[in-house]
Amino acid sequence: MSWPILSLILFSPIIGAAIITCMPERYERAIRLVAASSMWICSILSAIIFVGYDWQSGGVQFIEHIAWLPDAGASYSLGVDGISAPMVLLMAVVGLSGVYSSWRIDKRVKEYFILFLLLVAGVAGAFVARDLLLFLLFYEVVVIPMYILIVVWGSTKRVTKEYAGMKLVVYLLIGSGFMLAGVFMLYIGANPAGLRTFDMTELSRIGLSGQLSAEFQIVSFFLMMLGFATLASMWPFHYWSPDGHAGAPTAVSMVHAGLLKKLGAYGLIRVGLLMVPVGFKFWAPMMAAFGMMSVIYAAFICLKMTDLKYMVGFSSVSHMGYIVIGIATADVIGLNGAVANMFAHGIMTALFFSMIGHVYNTAHTRSIPELGGLAHQMPKAAVGFMIAGMASLGLPGLLSFVAEFTIFLGTFSTYPLVAVGAISGIILTALYVLRSLADVLFGPRLPQWDKLSDLKTPEMVPLVVLSLFLIGFGLFPSILMNVINSGIEPLTPLLAKIKTAATLWGGL
Amino acid sequence: MMNFNVLMLEMAVAVLALVVLVADLLMDKAQSRRSLGYLAAAGLTAVFLFSFGRYGLNATFYAGLFSSDDFSLFFKQAFLIGTILVILFSFDLVDRLPHSRAEFYVLLLFSLIGMMLLASANDLITLYVGLELMTISFFVLVGYVLADTRSTEAAIKYLVLASASSAVMLYGMSLLFGISGQLSYAAIANGLQPSPALLVGGVLLFSGFAFKIAAPPFHMWAPDVYEGAPIPVTAMLAMGSKAAGFAAMIRVFVDVFPATGYPWAMLVLVLAGASMLVGNLAAIPQTNVKRMLAYSSIAQAGYLLTGLLSSTVAGVTGMMFYLMIYAFANAGAFAVVAAVSKHRNSENITDLAGLARQAPVLAVTMTVSMLSMAGIPPLAGFMGKFFLFSSAIDAGYLWIAVLGFVLSMVSVYYYLIVVKSMYMAEPPDDRPFEMGLPIRFTVAFAMTATVAMGVFPAPLSRLAELAAQSLFR
Repeated sequence: MSWPILSLILFSPIIGAAIITCMPERYERAIRLVAASSMWICSILSAIIFVGYDWQSGGVQFIEHIAWLPDAGASYSLGVDGISAPMVLLMAVVGLSGVYSSWRIDKRVKEYFILFLLLVAGVAGAFVARDLLLFLLFYEVVVIPMYILIVVWGSTKRVTKEYAGMKLVVYLLIGSGFMLAGVFMLYIGANPAGLRTFDMTELSRIGLSGQLSAEFQIVSFFLMMLGFATLASMWPFHYWSPDGHAGAPTAVSMVHAGLLKKLGAYGLIRVGLLMVPVGFKFWAPMMAAFGMMSVIYAAFICLKMTDLKYMVGFSSVSHMGYIVIGIATADVIGLNGAVANMFAHGIMTALFFSMIGHVYNTAHTRSIPELGGLAHQMPKAAVGFMIAGMASLGLPGLLSFVAEFTIFLGTFSTYPLVAVGAISGIILTALYVLRSLADVLFGPRLPQWDKLSDLKTPEMVPLVVLSLFLIGFGLFPSILMNVINSGIEPLTPLLAKIKTAATLWGGL
Repeated sequence: MMNFNVLMLEMAVAVLALVVLVADLLMDKAQSRRSLGYLAAAGLTAVFLFSFGRYGLNATFYAGLFSSDDFSLFFKQAFLIGTILVILFSFDLVDRLPHSRAEFYVLLLFSLIGMMLLASANDLITLYVGLELMTISFFVLVGYVLADTRSTEAAIKYLVLASASSAVMLYGMSLLFGISGQLSYAAIANGLQPSPALLVGGVLLFSGFAFKIAAPPFHMWAPDVYEGAPIPVTAMLAMGSKAAGFAAMIRVFVDVFPATGYPWAMLVLVLAGASMLVGNLAAIPQTNVKRMLAYSSIAQAGYLLTGLLSSTVAGVTGMMFYLMIYAFANAGAFAVVAAVSKHRNSENITDLAGLARQAPVLAVTMTVSMLSMAGIPPLAGFMGKFFLFSSAIDAGYLWIAVLGFVLSMVSVYYYLIVVKSMYMAEPPDDRPFEMGLPIRFTVAFAMTATVAMGVFPAPLSRLAELAAQSLFR
């Protein structure tokens, strides 16, 4: 048997957290180093997975399987395919950057890193799980560490951090309550008692075979959508997200926008599209329309935002709109773009939040009108801001351009109206990104910010690592797109099958 | 034939109770009664370990009056573990009592016997005797701290309401007896014809059970009694009394009610929905931990009732699994409340402030217990809810599962208020927590069990399934 690499990826943050639990609280430096090393191990292993994934043969690879709850048909079953391999890499990179962005945390360091590593482990587990029950288990687990991280280490600006944290928890968990009902309904309905299974491959096969009635799938997917789309912050279920971002400490915002929302989108594809395709198709036009609303509505709000973190928070709602539209196309090109954008936006938004975190830590404000000319005092951070901003508005040469372009390509053939609406979002994005970058970074040197320091070595890690991915994959997108396509291309028979399925509103 | 072997566990506990009672008389008055607590706990542990050998016995005693099957054995084990844990964290309370200290343990043991009888009751008379043995012991236990007026008030409330409910239940039983002319469940089920009197009798019997499990509209006693009773007694009410009510109810529901030909599932459905709604929504504004846990236990009764909808092995398995892990979660939560209340002399949620700084293990246990009750994985409660709600979906009641999942997520709100208080606020003092070994053990055991049963649910679910099957034979 080969090395259980996926288990190692999953358990390296957990073991890191366990080691930190046993360490005395005063060894703060050692605690940070343990957290960083466990994330480095996780990242290196994830890179090995990504590079080692054989996209030419495709399918599920690096499979691990141990019986867990045989009576219910659940197992500890791990594996990655073309959709999850990039997500695992994203998880590791954002988690690693998160640790370094939290280097300056000096309050209750021990508890902070324990909770942060558990949060990352939860996301990792959801991405590598090949068993639906295991997926749900990790999916649900992430919210609680997140809550504690927000209420203890968060910041109170427009709303209190208690309010922000609780709002996030209530929205996400109530959404997931519906989702759990939908998924268990699928589990019960898919197989007769005794033969039931949570195996994703088997459930996807049942989804493809079309043995579940359309009504069943429509109800089941609707329940799932309430959960997954809330986590993916699709309008009108997005309202928890900006406050949650603003209240959270830097690294938690990075994980939240960079990973958690992707988990929602991942669920829509992995569970929704693959297992209840006819139900998915029925609600797809609504998702596309809501996705378009996310793009435009959130972009308009960004134009008016003066708090940097709120701005990026709403901008992540807006960008998630593109992803939801891409998924809703149920088309090979659109899905390719959606998954690529999940990766691209995860990296980009993590970089953005990391830089904002640095500014807020040193200047103690994130208000755009108060800041200005920061490029004089912190040129390195300014580079980070510029890269993130340019990626956000989809500058060619950066990964986001490739991803968004592919989404629009896919959308035009399915929902031309939505595509036109969503593309207008690009103009708005350019407006608010350029405006805020100009106001914060450029202009005359302001003397009150002269004492601010630039990025130090720990904060440079997120900047370097994340930019590397944005630029590297931007220049050579095929490295990423080949892997993603190997996960999406095999769906062609499924997508062809539901092409003519009944839809809400006759398909826009 | 009188096969007294069937009654072995009950007799052992009764002997243990009498030994404790006699030993108390032999001891010096001023001496601490801690040793008797240890004696009771050790005796119960021995009984518990011994009980594992009795799976597969499936025998009845005295013409079916008392049935010792795997189903009842599983419940008895749950009661035994619950009682052991409760005894272990009641030492501090008992030490502070001015007199009648050992009798506290004796009464706990007698209420335990009542519960065990209820789990085995296969006949209306045994059912009633078990119920009264348990309830009368609780009358005394709830009012045990005479110096505390809240405790006394709670005892009076419990006395009045529980007596009324017993009377109602007895009336229901008399109607069933009158119609069928039989007392044992199997015989009643054989001799039934649908009639209005039967409906009334069934509903009255049902309402008696609903009172014990604190399902609305028979839940009004729970918050006041939970709040006023001494903490170990509250814990015993929450896990023991409720589980015993369920044990008796499941057997009646499976053995007798199907023969009546009325759609009892509808009644269960309404009661389950009402319990979830009332429990979860009323828990939100609570400021006292025990009162909050009371409403939470009402909500838990609602989740548990959904297992009864399907009346299949899967549903009953889910209920048994859930009751067992609920006992662990409760023991953990109440042990923490007991430790905090000893240290800070209060039971308000705000008084848990800073527990994460002062006693991290207590804070983690409290968090784990509460999140398990809310059904957050990887804790045991998630698995329990999975078993319960999937049996309800399987029986065709999708919407009650949706309601259950959503409301259990709503419950996270009030549990997290406690978590927030423990983690966010700074502790009011920096005195170190003084905790004896027994309470440490309870806390550690409850936490470990709650996590372990969530990560490795297979052994317990297997056992529960085995036990549930004996009921449907």
